[in-house]
Amino acid sequence: MFSRILVANRGEIALRVIRACREMGVEAVAVYSEADRGARYLDLVDEAICIGPAAPAQSYLNIARIISAAEVADVDAIHPGYGFLAENAHFAEVCRSCNIEFIGPNVEAMQRMGDKVEAKRIARAARIYTIPGSEGALENADEAIRVAHDIGYPVLVKAAAGGGGRGMRIAHNDISLSQAVGQGQSEAEAAFKDNRVYLEKHIEGARHVEVQVLADNHGHCVHLWERDCTLQRRHQKLIEESPSPSISDRTRAKLCDAAVRMAREAGYTGAGTVEFLVDPNGTFYLLEVNARIQVEHPVTELVTGVDLVQQQIRVAAGERLPFRQKEVRQRGHAIECRINAEDCRNGFRPSPGTIGRFCLPGGPGVRVDTHCCPGTAIAPHYDSLIAKLLVHRATRDAAIATMRRALAECHIEGVATTVPLHQEIMANPDFMAGRVDTGWVERVL
Amino acid sequence: MADASEPEAEAPREAPVDMETIRRLLDLMSEHGLAELEIEREDMAVRLRKAGAGPQPPLVAAVAPAVTPQGGAAGQTAAAQEGGEAEPAEEALPTITSPMVGTFYAASSPEADPCVQVGDHVAEDTIVCVIEAMKVFNEIRAETSGTIEKVLVGNAEAVEFGQPLFVVRPG
Repeated sequence: MFSRILVANRGEIALRVIRACREMGVEAVAVYSEADRGARYLDLVDEAICIGPAAPAQSYLNIARIISAAEVADVDAIHPGYGFLAENAHFAEVCRSCNIEFIGPNVEAMQRMGDKVEAKRIARAARIYTIPGSEGALENADEAIRVAHDIGYPVLVKAAAGGGGRGMRIAHNDISLSQAVGQGQSEAEAAFKDNRVYLEKHIEGARHVEVQVLADNHGHCVHLWERDCTLQRRHQKLIEESPSPSISDRTRAKLCDAAVRMAREAGYTGAGTVEFLVDPNGTFYLLEVNARIQVEHPVTELVTGVDLVQQQIRVAAGERLPFRQKEVRQRGHAIECRINAEDCRNGFRPSPGTIGRFCLPGGPGVRVDTHCCPGTAIAPHYDSLIAKLLVHRATRDAAIATMRRALAECHIEGVATTVPLHQEIMANPDFMAGRVDTGWVERVL
Repeated sequence: MADASEPEAEAPREAPVDMETIRRLLDLMSEHGLAELEIEREDMAVRLRKAGAGPQPPLVAAVAPAVTPQGGAAGQTAAAQEGGEAEPAEEALPTITSPMVGTFYAASSPEADPCVQVGDHVAEDTIVCVIEAMKVFNEIRAETSGTIEKVLVGNAEAVEFGQPLFVVRPG
């Protein structure tokens, strides 16, 4: 086991990793930017090192400064959290070449999963459907129409350089497709200086269901069941739950097996998530693989009882997985609401500011993961996540009831938050019936 | 008491504080980086405070290198507390701070003399120390001119970004 780990991240995930270290008796070293000076979690570490000004490029994304801090603090491993350098293969390589273990997948698996084309190839080898589409960028509208006739309408015209849902248009027939290609190319040129567009089948009424996997360095790989993350706005997840209320047990089993096949085929090690789109018939397609611990990992921790961050650290230290697949069970139902500093009544405008009064719920079935306290400044430089509010109860109905109760107990002053949005969703009949899809939030709310 | 034949001294009661003095005091504050200044003389009492003035920057002897392992408490909290205690007696002089994380070396090689010592005058491009980060030795320049008042870090000590290294008396 490592004796000292550097947490190359900030905010709630830094605190999460620090908590895992403390429970395992491992020393924790934190790095922080000037914007995070005074953060409460910095009092919990054995050493805290300021690595730069607020700008991520000069702090949390700065490999040289982080490695320098790791050497000065004499750590034997680095945990990258999520975001920032978590899926940066070059960073993982630099760590290992400096004799510092990187708590995450091996570099090769990380690179293969990060490459969309390679990931699709691995999926096909693992007998997993991928979303049909053009092989590369479209030459012109005629080619688009040919591909569309191949894969079937409706289709999505997507900008190659786009991301996070930007630069996408739906087309239902040849005429609207021609227009979409032309417009898409101009928009892409203007927004990304890259006019390449490609085509993908648009799967209507789709649900986003992902599977947590965990693999050690001894060839053992298991899944820890699924999380349903269908409720999204502009491809940002709002709510996650497990088990998924909208897939059958049969689909669930097939999905989870597919995720393990994908991880094995890629030679994956560590914790990772395989994301799928599931259509109303239960057919599922690979979306992508996230080679890191995810924001919503506590949902899985609650239903399976497995501490994923501790397992990440153990696996990286060379330990074998302490359980077999059949020992991993889903118990009860868990839901997570992401509470962000955004004004949900004004176009979800980010609401930076300083938190004043800060009361979060507790009691039976409630878990709160937050790095904030009164006086915490939500700065514009980083994401706006204030807290993850989770509930875990025996049934989905009971979980929703507890979440409603818990949301009503939230009292956060100083910044606008998405608590009102979550309260609306928890009271919505579509959500309660599990009748939502990835476009639902934008359509209905 | 003034003799009736001599010109009467300026009566401070009519103009309790003259603007020229205030302006000179303000210049003095800016020159020395003071946030607050209080003067009491027989003829006047003045207290000037810059808007938004918080705790003064941590001072000379009080700053501990933020990376010294201490059971539980992060070094940065300790520095802020000690800075608060040392403050009243001294003026706040500007400091040269570390632009990176690494190991501080006072000299460019083990046998050489330190780059600067207390009392040395530095110009903006004077090399004041070397910081080693990831096996690369970086020469650190003063970026200010003045006299080295105090060296805050020991040789081969770990330093973090923004950590004060030297106190410089400007001029």
